[in-house]
Formats: sequence, structure tokens, C-alpha cells
Amino acid sequence: MLNDFINQVGPSTVGGLSIGAIYALIALGYTMVYGVLRLINFAHSEIFMIGAFAALFVIMKIGITGPLTGIALVGMLLLLMLVAMAASGGAAVVLEQVAYRPLRRHGAGRLAALISAIGASIFLQELFALVIIPEVFDRPSQGRIQVPVPRLLDRETLLTIGNTEIRNDHVIIIVSAVIMMVLLDVFVNRTKIGRGIRATSQDPETATLMGVNIDRVIRTTFLVGGAMAGVAALLYAMELENLRYNVGFLLGVKAFTAAVLGGIGNLRGALLGGLALGLIENWGAIFFGSEWKDVIAFTILVLVLLFRPTGILGESLQRARA
Amino acid sequence: MNANSKTHSGNPLTSFRRAVGGLSDGVRDRWAAAPGWARWTGYALLIALAVIAPHPAIGSFMAPDSHWPSLLFSPIGTFVLLAVGLNVVVGQAGLLDLGFVAFYAIGAYTMAVFGTKYGWNFWGVLIIAIFMTAISGIVLGSPTLRLRGDYLAIVTLGFGEIVRITAQNTDYIGGARGITNIPHPPTLFGVEFALDPLPYYYLLVAAVVLVVIVAKRLERSRVGRAWEAIREDEDAAELMGVPTFRFKLLAFFVGAMIGGLTGAIWASKVIAIQPPNFPFILSATILAAVVLGGSGNLPGVVIGAFLVAWLPERFRGFADYRILIFGAALVLMMALRPEGLLPARRRRNVLGNGENDAGAAATESGGTTASGDAGDKEVAK
Repeated sequence: MLNDFINQVGPSTVGGLSIGAIYALIALGYTMVYGVLRLINFAHSEIFMIGAFAALFVIMKIGITGPLTGIALVGMLLLLMLVAMAASGGAAVVLEQVAYRPLRRHGAGRLAALISAIGASIFLQELFALVIIPEVFDRPSQGRIQVPVPRLLDRETLLTIGNTEIRNDHVIIIVSAVIMMVLLDVFVNRTKIGRGIRATSQDPETATLMGVNIDRVIRTTFLVGGAMAGVAALLYAMELENLRYNVGFLLGVKAFTAAVLGGIGNLRGALLGGLALGLIENWGAIFFGSEWKDVIAFTILVLVLLFRPTGILGESLQRARA
Repeated sequence: MNANSKTHSGNPLTSFRRAVGGLSDGVRDRWAAAPGWARWTGYALLIALAVIAPHPAIGSFMAPDSHWPSLLFSPIGTFVLLAVGLNVVVGQAGLLDLGFVAFYAIGAYTMAVFGTKYGWNFWGVLIIAIFMTAISGIVLGSPTLRLRGDYLAIVTLGFGEIVRITAQNTDYIGGARGITNIPHPPTLFGVEFALDPLPYYYLLVAAVVLVVIVAKRLERSRVGRAWEAIREDEDAAELMGVPTFRFKLLAFFVGAMIGGLTGAIWASKVIAIQPPNFPFILSATILAAVVLGGSGNLPGVVIGAFLVAWLPERFRGFADYRILIFGAALVLMMALRPEGLLPARRRRNVLGNGENDAGAAATESGGTTASGDAGDKEVAK
């Protein structure tokens, strides 16, 4: 048992960090929306899914069939990232307009908003399974079957430490996630609208009195959170190379777990929580087998909430208050 | 989606809300004002309706495309019973549970395991199944019920997934293949339980009547008042001397038992169960039934469950598009009437308990008006 662990801990760590980086990027969307609206944006997982399929759509339109190299690869990844960010961010803004704003206007409560979110999530999944995958992706009556994504880059081992291979795709995922995190951190902490977001998450009423346009803040929050999910979507599609209409569900739940783990509302906490969750479930899988991965993740969530309900870094988009 | 009409014109939406609301609120108020005998007649009529419901004449209208008595058993009957159970947790105690299907699964698996492996009698296993789910409710509740609402939601969701994945990975209970050849209940009063869904349907009707009576008595008791206090403002309830944790655990306990009861009865009918029978979407659907009908109000919840179970079956013509329409209907319903079709009388503001609940407060006819806002923010910290 212990021998197994020592043999596998290296590869598991690398794998855990790269899936953890994807969790972290999705977790940002949950954490930002939760910070501002106190709402679990249940349909965020579908925002992720939309970004992934948007990237796949462009891949198919351009007609990429084999792996790319060099400048072409970098350019293509950047283009696809922009496409996925735009699709996810746009979808998140529309979602907010359609599913949440009318409820807010009428002063409906958080349970109503959550039900609306679940409804939107079901709607979007079914829309893809029934209409978009069969029609747009030309897979008639196969809407619920996995859609393969063409290989974008060949896996190459860049560095070997012991039995641990660090591959180029791992590096791309982790580096892009960290860059996005830094950009988001700067955005929230240094810009005017970022200050508005922090103010709203602290106290929406006072923020309004101080001249913050709450509707604009909320829209921006959804846009930025959605765009981060778009980045995650592209990385996921590149790494796992297949997609499904419900690809977002489990990832979404895990990402929310990551957000809670790091301290919900806390951006750096989302990064930490995502990486920690990826590591824990991959390490746990060595002991218990990979079919228990999801159980491990949820058990961790329960344990964290029991012993430190505010997460590793504490809550709040502004600073730890708890 | 009709984003434009919804966002740019608040007025038609508001007036439609009023129209829908006025109708069902009128029904509710008249019902509340009716004298005792009238209400008892109402109850008797409802039970009579449930008894004659499987008649083919009704079936030909209600479900022309499918076997009506089968539908009455499942999903309609099971949804109603599950919704009544979930209503105790969500509607009465105000605890958001997104993993209610876990209790349903535990009840069904208990029935299957004891029936196939040990050959126990249906009635004996039924009691064991209820006991097992009650225990699992406590096991889930005791660590998690100290959490605030949103965390509870996600932890219960996780619990539902854990139960399903565990069933899938455990060979002792059949793994991914599930369990087959679950025995039917023994003959009761000369009625044979076999493939015909009718006896099972009447068994469910009896269970629903029993559970509704228990739930109603609980609601009117000290326990029900404690739940109501917790739902409206947990901190205030605690300050007033309500042992909130214990009562929240009790709500989980009762809800879990009802979920387990449903699962056990269902398993004894269907012969074979598999882990994919217990997906998250089922939890979401039952929650939607509770909220659509009017969280906290039993008649509303029963109607909500009936509609959620029946409408997709009735419109099988739309075949695959049913779930899509269901999702859109949830969004629309929450925009039009977030408190549900038949909200509880005193509890109109449970769902209007948001950040800016001016709208909900305005329609509130008395009692607590502005307290929701302040309480909500406390919880949010």
C-alpha cells in the first residue's frame, strides 16, 4: 500500500495539480457570484459546458484534425481561449438577465433563485443534448453520447523527476490558470469596477448609497466569472479530449467544493481550494482506487465544513471577516 | 428565450403575477375560512378521488399514451410521497436539501438487500428500511446541520452522489448491475401483489394519507412551531430557547423516514433497481415539486408533485423535449410566482426572504414583514 503510494505519488501530484487548476478556474465563477449575490449559481456548470462546445465548434470550423506545433499551436490556443471566454462570459450574462434579474426585481429569495438556477441548468443541458449537439455538431440522435475533440497538441515529456513525467499539457494548464488568477486578482483589487465588486460583496446597500451601480457590478461579475469558466473549458477540452452535454455537472460540484474549501468569496482561496482538491482526490485514489475519487472529494468537503466552515483562507471577496 | 419581454417590461410580468396569485390565493383563503365539516368533506372527496383515479375513463384523458395505473404508482404516487417528506425538511424547517434522493435510494436498497439475500417479509423489511433511512438521516444531519443554508445544500448534494457512487462501486449490493428479483409484498386482505400496479398504488395512497396526517399533526404541534421559528429566523429561535440543532435533526429524521418508506415500496414493485435510478435530477425534481406547489403548505406540495410527475407524462407527444420544457418552466415559474402555486398562509415570505424583499413584504398581509431582510444578512455573514 505504502509502496504503491510512493510509486504513484509523483504522477498523481502532477495530474492532481492540473485538474485542480481547472477546478480553481471554475471555482472563481462560483465564488465571485456567491460573494456578490449570496447565490450558488447552479447553472455555472453549463456556462463551462457552453465554452467547451464553443471552442470545439471553432476547432471543427477551422478544420483542425491533427496536433499543431510552434507558433500555430500558441496562436490557436489563444484564439480558442478567447472564443471560449467570449461564449461562456456572454452566456453567463444572458443567464443572469433571464434567470436571476427578474427574481431580484421582484424581491424573491435565495431559494427561488436557486430553483431558477437549477431550472436553467436543466434547460441548457437538454438544449445541448437535443438540439445543439445533434444539429450544430452534426451528430443526429447522438446528443447524449460523448463528442470527441481533435487532438490539439502532442503530449511531450519536458522533464522527468524519478518516475514523474512533467508534460507540456500539464505546464500549459497550470501556467494559464495561474496567469488568469493573477489577472483577475489585479482586476478585482486595482480597477474601479473591481472595487465596486468588493464593495457590493461587503454590503450591497451601502455600496448603492456610495454610488456603485449594482446591476453593472453583477453583470460584470457574471461576465468575468463566466470568462474564467471559458478558460477552464478550453483547457479541459484540450486535456480530456471529449465532451458531453452534462460534462459540467460533476466538475461544477467539485469546483463549488473547491470554492468552499478555500473559503467562499475568496479569490485566492478558490485557487488554493482547487489545487488542494485536485491533489487530495488524486492521492486518495491511489489508496482507494479511482472509482472512489468523487466520494473522497465530497467527504473532504464535509470534513472541512465541520472543522473550518469558513474554508482554508476564510470567506469574503474583500478580506477574511469570519 | 424571451429575455427582452421579461427584463424591459416589468409591468405585464407583475400583472400576470397578480392574476395567477389572486386566483390561487383566493382558493387558499376560502379554504382556510371554511368551517370544519366543509373541510372534512373536502378531505373525504380527495381520498375518494384518489381511490377512483385509476379508472380507465379518467386514464384515457389523463394519460392517453401510456398505462395510467402504472403512472399513478410511479412517478405520480412516489413523487407525492417524496414531496411530502421533503416538505418537512425544506418547507417546514427551511433546510435546503439537494440530496433527498439518497434516502429514497437507501430505502430501496434496504428493501432489495433484505428481500433477496435474507428473504425477509415485506412488512418487516419496510420497518427496517424506515429505520435505516432514519439512521442515515441522523448520520448525515448531525455533522452538517450546524452549517448555514447554502453549505447544507451542497453537502446534501454531495451526500446524494456519495450514496449513488457507493452503490455503484460496492459489489455486495450488485455494483453497477444493481439488484434484481426483489420479492413482491405478500398477499394482504386477499389482494395479491404481483405485476398489476393497482395494489401498489393503493398501498401508496394509504402511505400518503398516513404520512400527511402525521405531517399535519407535527406541523400543529410544538415541533412544528419550533420548525417554523427556525425557518423564519434561526438566531432569534435559538435566543428564544428553541434547541435549534435538535429540531433541525428531527426534521431530517422525519424527512428521511418518509423518503425511505417511498423507496422501499417502490423497490418492492419494480423487481430490479440500479444505481442510475437515483440521479441528482430526481432530487432536483422533487425539490421543484415542493417549491412549485408552495413550500410549507401540504395541499400545495401534493398538487406540485402531481403536476411535476404528471405533466411530462401527459405530454409524451413532446417526447424528448419534456425535460427541456421542465427546466424552462422552473425558471419561468420562479420569475412569475416564486412562492409557489398554493403558498402557506402565514408563510408567504419564506421565499421572499431575499436581500431586497420589498415586493414580498408588500404582499404580506401581516405578521413578520421586515424581519426577513435583517435575518438573512446575519446568516450570510
